[in-house]
Amino acid sequence: MTTQTKVVTSRAPVKEVVKDASMVKQKAMMAAHYDRLTSAPETGDKVAATFVPGNLNELIMCFDLLNNLPEVNAIQNGLRRTSGSFVLEAEKIGHSEDVCTYVKSDLGMMAKGNIAPNGKKFPDPDVLLLSYTGCFTFMKWFELLREQYKCETIMLHTPYMGDGKITKNMIDYMVKQLKDEVIPTLERVSGVKFDIDRLREHLKQSTKAEDDLVRVLQSAKTKPSPIDAYFGGIYYIGPIFGAFRGTEDAVDYYRFLREEVEERLAKGLGPVTPDGDMGKEKYRLVVEGPPNYTSFRQFWKMFYDEGAVIVASSYTKVGGVYDFGFRHDPDKPLETLAEYCLGVYTNRSLPMRIDMLVNYINEYEADGLLINSIKSCNSFSAGQLLMMREVEKRTGKPAAFVESDLVDPRYFSAANIKNRLESYFQMIDQKRAGVDAAA
Amino acid sequence: MATSLNPSATADIVERANALFADLSFTSARRWKAAEPGRKVIGYMPIYVPREIIHAAGMLPLGIVGGGDQLEVIHGDAYYQSYICRIPRSTIELGVSGRIDFVDGMLFPSICDVIRNLSGMWKMMFPHVYSRYFDVPQNYRDDIGGNFYVNELTDLRHDLGELRGKPITDDELRESIAAYNENRRLVRDLYAFRTERPWQAPAAEVYLMVRAGLVLPVEEHSTMLREYLAAARAEERPMRDNCRIVLTGMFCEQPPLNLIKSLELSGCYVVDDDLLLVTRWLTGDVAIEGDPLQNLSLAFLHHSESTAAKYEPDQKEKGQHLVRAVKRTAAEGVIFAAPSFCDPALLERPMLQHVLKEAGIPYIAFKYAENSGQMQPIREQAGTFADSIKLWSAA
Repeated sequence: MTTQTKVVTSRAPVKEVVKDASMVKQKAMMAAHYDRLTSAPETGDKVAATFVPGNLNELIMCFDLLNNLPEVNAIQNGLRRTSGSFVLEAEKIGHSEDVCTYVKSDLGMMAKGNIAPNGKKFPDPDVLLLSYTGCFTFMKWFELLREQYKCETIMLHTPYMGDGKITKNMIDYMVKQLKDEVIPTLERVSGVKFDIDRLREHLKQSTKAEDDLVRVLQSAKTKPSPIDAYFGGIYYIGPIFGAFRGTEDAVDYYRFLREEVEERLAKGLGPVTPDGDMGKEKYRLVVEGPPNYTSFRQFWKMFYDEGAVIVASSYTKVGGVYDFGFRHDPDKPLETLAEYCLGVYTNRSLPMRIDMLVNYINEYEADGLLINSIKSCNSFSAGQLLMMREVEKRTGKPAAFVESDLVDPRYFSAANIKNRLESYFQMIDQKRAGVDAAA
Repeated sequence: MATSLNPSATADIVERANALFADLSFTSARRWKAAEPGRKVIGYMPIYVPREIIHAAGMLPLGIVGGGDQLEVIHGDAYYQSYICRIPRSTIELGVSGRIDFVDGMLFPSICDVIRNLSGMWKMMFPHVYSRYFDVPQNYRDDIGGNFYVNELTDLRHDLGELRGKPITDDELRESIAAYNENRRLVRDLYAFRTERPWQAPAAEVYLMVRAGLVLPVEEHSTMLREYLAAARAEERPMRDNCRIVLTGMFCEQPPLNLIKSLELSGCYVVDDDLLLVTRWLTGDVAIEGDPLQNLSLAFLHHSESTAAKYEPDQKEKGQHLVRAVKRTAAEGVIFAAPSFCDPALLERPMLQHVLKEAGIPYIAFKYAENSGQMQPIREQAGTFADSIKLWSAA
């Protein structure tokens, strides 16, 4: 099963990038989706734009709508290093240097022709499904898009889990919004009548994929970890966080991925990196916060060059937290969508987020916590310094803090980050030496 | 020029309000609490909480809007990265330094992710203080957002009842609604008076008057407003050749008082603003008869201020509140003043600017922090704006 593919990148200097088979498969799925999206004007498909946290892909598919995720587009632009010029373009037309760079990348991309990663123009959305979940910026982002597209916009408000629990009031509120506002509007926009059994079928598929994803993520409990649950994890979450959750394609992909990972597990192999199999696993880390996408590989390399593998991360839970038992439940189709939205990582209170990170450090036997704090993402970043201290206190493991940005290349300082990481690895070594000496 | 009968009356009231503003130990609220055993104080942050429920529990609602430019932030900076606004770090400073150690509870309204996350930090840092993230609906239908909100209000009522050891009755709530209705009417009167005669109610004075309402019991604050209005009406002051502007974006982190003064000194009368919105969030009286929580909910859903923290369901309505404010107050321009790193104000700004542009209303924009010290650039910018407005008006 395990096959690795060498891909020649177009960027200078020309270098072969190693990808495992699941990454190649995932890339093909994403490419096919972009082709479907950009062909919408010819095929007559209608398009719904929405967000990764609170992504209601199963529901969207019930109306034969294609799901377009502006965050994912911004990530693609970050990885392709086009986001920097888009951010500048957005600032030029009046958007503040202080705000979310996903938003500015998206608006800048629109201003420069709205070209998708396949080189074709994105279709205008027929509806903006403002799934307002875990991030204040989402609300303003879609108001900004609505101003441009002048299309129907649906607000689905997810209350915040400030007290660390989901209440009946929250579920009732969300289900009522779904029944009385979201579904009727999607019916009107799409011209397709809602069929709850169709939703149930999609939710069944979601559950299968979620089971396999969790097995993949939890494989990192093994030493050495067969996966990198942050840098590699970002590839793994692509289909389920994006336009594929609830599809057979996603079920196939996650089965394929699980088998691939299980094979690596059986062989005692570590993760596949862009430079091939990782060497000896020296450090096991938990990471909090999104990555920097404009220097993604350079950032990753700083870890695998040192033998550091990320065994768990919070970022790979922004589109859904599945590893503590939640699964979409086809028997309660609307309630389960509400519960899913409520439970995404950034909709959890700070104490809940800390509990999760502490749990990861303990369960995955990590050496410590690294926080990559994102300049333009207050949802993640506000409070991270307290989180760091609290996790250190509760686990006795060292934590470190680096800063960068999502898709703005101006805020990625490789030398600074590398210095901090090197110091951090030394700190872990010293901590281990201390423990060994005490033993 | 005519002189007032009692020229010191206004100055005396303003001085008292200024002392309340400058007191970072909240002495008046401490005294209020100490005056009777069992009294409790509930702090709240911007942008809106239903203070009626706190008042109905016999507690003092205490507005916490950061530390201003006189608070040295020593501990608070250790909790926040440089790219996060100033208000959470100075609020943490107030907490860690013991300045609000008499506060029995804190409410963190739904305004942005920073204040939202601060609610969790507060729970961890001050575990013995009642602390609640106060969520409000972004859906304005009575049977959807309204039901959700009434249930949230019910929870808050229950919690505060528990805190005082006795449930809050409907009659207590009605009395509190009446007290706040009167207070809001007075604040609106004050704003209307300033709109009419801005030279007699300078922006900094109006700010101090309204700000006093964050620390005083509502009845006392209403008395203060009445006295100020009477004194300000009676005192003739020289009218300057200033233009009239609406100030927007200052609904959370507060500007230094000097900044507000600087705007007027540089030629801009502030005839409307979105400072301290909690004092006039509800734009009309809340009904007294009937279910008080339902009445508070209806007022929130249908008669509350438009601001960046709220979703605007109707694209055609987006930004129109600002256009209406300009027309209502006969303003000649808008100044966008946003705290650095403020997501709501800065994300909203381009949309509002587009609306103003379409309406032919001139505007300028700048950023500040609550501890901004250099006013010269702001004076120059506001002064140039005022000059340009006068030139356009003359043309």
